[in-house]
Amino acid sequence: MTASEHEGPVEPLRGRCSANAISRRQILQLAGGAATVVALPSGAIGAVETNAEETFPMTSAQLTVNGQVHQLELDPRQSLLDALRERLGLTGTKKGCNQGACGACTVLVNGKRVLSCLTLAAMHDGASIETIEGVAAGGDLHPLQAAFIAHDGLQCGFCTPGQIMSGLGCIAEGHAGSPEEIQFWMSGNICRCGAYPGIVAAIADAAGRT
Amino acid sequence: MLPFALQKAGSVEEAVTAGAAGWRYIAGGTTLVDLMREEVERPDRLIDINALPMNDIRVEGGDLVIGALARMADVAAHPEVRRLQPIIAESLIEGASPQLRNMASMGGNLLQRVRCPYFRMLDAACNKRTPGSGCSALDGLNAGHAIFGTSEYCVATHPSDVAVALVALDATMRVRGPEGERSFPIEQLFRLPGDTPHLEHTLRPGELILELRIPNGAYSRRARYLKVRDRASYEFALVSVAAALSIEGDVIREARLAAGGVATRPWRLRDCEAALIGRQATRQTFEETARLATQGARPLQHNHYKVELLPRTIVRALEMAGEVA
Repeated sequence: MTASEHEGPVEPLRGRCSANAISRRQILQLAGGAATVVALPSGAIGAVETNAEETFPMTSAQLTVNGQVHQLELDPRQSLLDALRERLGLTGTKKGCNQGACGACTVLVNGKRVLSCLTLAAMHDGASIETIEGVAAGGDLHPLQAAFIAHDGLQCGFCTPGQIMSGLGCIAEGHAGSPEEIQFWMSGNICRCGAYPGIVAAIADAAGRT
Repeated sequence: MLPFALQKAGSVEEAVTAGAAGWRYIAGGTTLVDLMREEVERPDRLIDINALPMNDIRVEGGDLVIGALARMADVAAHPEVRRLQPIIAESLIEGASPQLRNMASMGGNLLQRVRCPYFRMLDAACNKRTPGSGCSALDGLNAGHAIFGTSEYCVATHPSDVAVALVALDATMRVRGPEGERSFPIEQLFRLPGDTPHLEHTLRPGELILELRIPNGAYSRRARYLKVRDRASYEFALVSVAAALSIEGDVIREARLAAGGVATRPWRLRDCEAALIGRQATRQTFEETARLATQGARPLQHNHYKVELLPRTIVRALEMAGEVA
């Protein structure tokens, strides 16, 4: 809800659109005082700190990933997906569409399957996260992993970690009663080739040479 | 994504104070984070409201009360929701994917932005994204767009499924702002685009949705939601209908109807409701009254099919509601 969406003085499309009354610089200054994602100190909101640096503060969060505790300083923009892959080196979770449409980034957060690309890592302070790297116990594959291999349930394999994490959620939710039910409840995981950008780039490259 | 500040609200009061100062609320983030990454949305300050005690689901005086932070999946699976207002569970499960339903909050669902492709395409004209820039959908690919409630400035449909059911059932919402609390029908949350399509709802600065309240009617346990779309799951509606009937003998005593996918906001069909009252619950009645739904429709170049699909969907939804009534 931006201020411009609220009820109140309404500027019609005729003439100039309503510009924010507050400049970006001022907003940057407003935000400059806070240090971490913690409860707001009373009076902090709306206070103008004229000498603040024009940077947004990092935030801290403790994430328990596959049973291991990590204390992270995070850029608020960092998605859970990017924190897993780039900060913790857990690259089993895949970045597919990065906009919540394909399911390749599915992980379990506090036991529930979610899309790690559409959630900010800093908002998961204290959460317990399970990724594909934590599914196998010791050297033994999880039965669902073994079943994917036994039934040839993967081709290029890019979507497979997300499919498996989502499948774990689907089973835990009790939605694996029939092939039709499984199809419906797995519809958030799209199996496609992940190479579209490379294909486009290759065609563009080739077109430039001929 | 552009940089922003992120803080966590420890209480509703803190959140409202922040909201009034221009901080933007974030709950599930399934729409907002996506739009921020595309730079369609550019908030400078986000306030995380997930720690607030607003996720309970309870029955109060026969009404179903749902906290604004309750997740779609939790609401859909809740035994009291399924018992008292099964259409709420049905419409939720027809929306989004399981992963998204685990994340998305009920309040955020109602405030989600439109799925018009031009809204998300920064090099296209969109009065909703950039007021005054024009509307690429008017003469563009508009098969998915609205036939009701449109203006020369915007023709995007409202995307929420559960909002259609909530509007049909006369649900209300309670909000808190800097000047206190108020309640109003959820139907009044949604603005028509008119010449200000960038203003989508009627919340005042800083107002935070606290909870939704769904009254119990004679039709409540028999209401049905029918969603017609290009694929069987994880897709937005071409046309959807929430239908509820109360039938005594074979005579319709009460009717509630609303449509999704056809209008710029969830579209209550009051003319159809009135025409159903006192008539026999037959297919002929349903067909005759469903025709009233398309009066005043203003189809675009590519969405004329909705003028035909809407009454057909209404008839089928009424049949489904009649079967269980």
